[in-house]
Amino acid sequence: MANIASTTASAGTEVTARALREAVFAGLITLGLFVLFVGLKTDQNIRNELVLTQRWGLLAIFVIVAMVGRFLIVAYAQPWLAQRKAVKAAAPEVAKEESFFSRNFSKIAIVALVLYPPVILALTGVQGSLKWVDNFGIQILIYVMLAWGLNIVVGLAGLLDLGYVAFYAVGAYSYALLSSYFGLSFWVLLPVAGLLSACWGMVLGFPVLRLRGDYLAIVTLAFGEIIRLVLINWTEVTKGTFGVSGIAKATLFGIKFDASKDGFAALMGLPISSAYYKIFLFYLALGLCMLTAFVTIRMRRMPIGRAWEALREDEIACRSLGINTVTTKLTAFAMGAMFGGLAGSFFAVRQGFVSPESFVFLESAVILAIVVLGGMGSLTGIAIAAIVMIGGTEILRELTFLKLVFGPNFTPELYRMLIFGLAMVVVMVWKPRGFVGSREPTAFLRERKAVSGSFTKEGHG
Amino acid sequence: MAIETMTTTMTKDPILKVEHLSMRFGGLMAINDFSFEASRGDITALIGPNGAGKTTVFNCITGFYKPTMGMITMKQRSGKEYLLERLPDFEITKHAKVARTFQNIRMFSGMTVLENLLVAQHNKLMQASGYTVLGLLGFPAYRQAAKDAKELARHWLEKASLIDRADDAAGDLPYGAQRRLEIARAMCTEPELLCLDEPAAGLNPRESHALNELLQSIRAETGTSILLIEHDMSVVMEISDHVVVLEYGQKISDGNPDFVKNDPRVIAAYLGVEDKEVEEVIEQIEEIEGGQGGTKQ
Repeated sequence: MANIASTTASAGTEVTARALREAVFAGLITLGLFVLFVGLKTDQNIRNELVLTQRWGLLAIFVIVAMVGRFLIVAYAQPWLAQRKAVKAAAPEVAKEESFFSRNFSKIAIVALVLYPPVILALTGVQGSLKWVDNFGIQILIYVMLAWGLNIVVGLAGLLDLGYVAFYAVGAYSYALLSSYFGLSFWVLLPVAGLLSACWGMVLGFPVLRLRGDYLAIVTLAFGEIIRLVLINWTEVTKGTFGVSGIAKATLFGIKFDASKDGFAALMGLPISSAYYKIFLFYLALGLCMLTAFVTIRMRRMPIGRAWEALREDEIACRSLGINTVTTKLTAFAMGAMFGGLAGSFFAVRQGFVSPESFVFLESAVILAIVVLGGMGSLTGIAIAAIVMIGGTEILRELTFLKLVFGPNFTPELYRMLIFGLAMVVVMVWKPRGFVGSREPTAFLRERKAVSGSFTKEGHG
Repeated sequence: MAIETMTTTMTKDPILKVEHLSMRFGGLMAINDFSFEASRGDITALIGPNGAGKTTVFNCITGFYKPTMGMITMKQRSGKEYLLERLPDFEITKHAKVARTFQNIRMFSGMTVLENLLVAQHNKLMQASGYTVLGLLGFPAYRQAAKDAKELARHWLEKASLIDRADDAAGDLPYGAQRRLEIARAMCTEPELLCLDEPAAGLNPRESHALNELLQSIRAETGTSILLIEHDMSVVMEISDHVVVLEYGQKISDGNPDFVKNDPRVIAAYLGVEDKEVEEVIEQIEEIEGGQGGTKQ
């Protein structure tokens, strides 16, 4: 016993000695690195002379922080990690029984989303619910739908599309223009917008059939810009940068959401508020998302969906099996574009105003980032990624306590993109294949085993 | 040419007829006036030293290259004929019923073994699903077709002894199993002619023996004709009925395995001859050709 105790004690002192040694090295390196950057500072005085300011105190702080940090890492963090790893390795491999929650995740999520507006209404009151239903609920659902649409093109078919926002724009403008010029209702124009976007998806698809990888990405990027520039410059029809305003609202079986006598609030005997319209839109967005998910899940189990995934894995093998890769690619573009168009017309009806400002390249990048972050091909992962990215950037507006930390002049909104970028880097380092890295097979003989992300390919074009 | 008259299989019903096939890549004549026939129900082997143009011939047959010259005729059991050089690659599998495998294995590694075989039945399932529309609406016709497709896949998985790995990722399989999977996948397209590009490459003797059995049972059970490129002579000599030898894009020998094995041109092509022996070899060849011509008359 005594022997063991003495060895652990000696191991302890050994680690401490090593930690001290490494801390000294770290301090020296820090000193060397920062002595000219931090220790000395040159200023110009009023007579244009160079003045050397010495800041040894600040330099000392830098060095001490590095030394203490290194010491703590070597002496405590590393042994702790090693110990945890050893414990994990020693623990017997238990057949993990999936918990009730993870098995029924999608059902629970749908129920939670359906219950979301009434719960918010109860918690925050009618006016207070506006922000939570609109900024968080509807906003996130639009991005979920867009990302699920793009997932068909990028995640399943492996065709990198950087101009996806073009289809979003086509859908939004289809509704905005057709409703203001011809007075058609939202319910008629929703499928029309979907079809028009699908057509534009094919239009994009034809010239890029032979392109792959980077070349495909560049052409789709250009396509997105072309659509935006047409919207800006075709002023007779689209009113250019002024945008189309006063777009008709959607109705629920002919019931309008306004302050009139036969409006929704009056009929239901509720106080007049725009919150009811927002809640209606929330359910509408949820319905559209469910439609997207249903179609995607169904299609994955059908020959066309398998052909998309096969196309991502190996195009030449696809051709050798008698699959027409041209129609397969075009249907992928058309399906993805269609859902983008549906989301676009929903966006137009929600905003009541569309302008080319809303369809810049950054939007495409955000949607693509959601798909990649979620794990290409996985609907659950993408939905989570949309909540994290869009909800995360929205919630930064709410973090007023940061003002207390950084002073009253600090505006967290300005740091949104910085934090957003940092978060993405962290997630991609931690989970390089996205939140859900494995692939769910579409058919099985005995048991459904998830396919590890290391086997699936990202597609080459 | 005299060689053509030697083919013993001329009288049989040809499934594939390649006539005067030439393929030029810029200044390189990869195949030069190459003609041969493969008979229905036969295993025909295409052999030759590295760079002889075997894979190019395959790519021309399966539509991945468009030949510079020549005609490739595929005659189906029903008597229907297809000119393969005029069809786009995917239609060669879809309509002409010619399936192929690749020298460097091309599977859908991120999909399961079963899914690989289901992708191969794309065209059949596509029709059953009413080009996706009916399937999307949940019509029962597609469900039945999907079930049948799974059964066909199960059949071929059992034949290729991959049934235990059916639900694993194809990329997770060992090399030999991947080769078998590729053959099973090609068979799921229900071809009449199966083209295999070096199916035994990288297999150990036991695996290549199992491959022989698999190929022979494919032929016996489905009547599929097989055209294969192979370097492994144990495979070629054991299972093929007919061997065609290619060197520098030209046919140098054509006949049954025994004939080809003893053909001095083939020996020269494979082993090489010293300069002074060249004349000797040519003499020998002329002798044989003269003799053959004589017996013919």
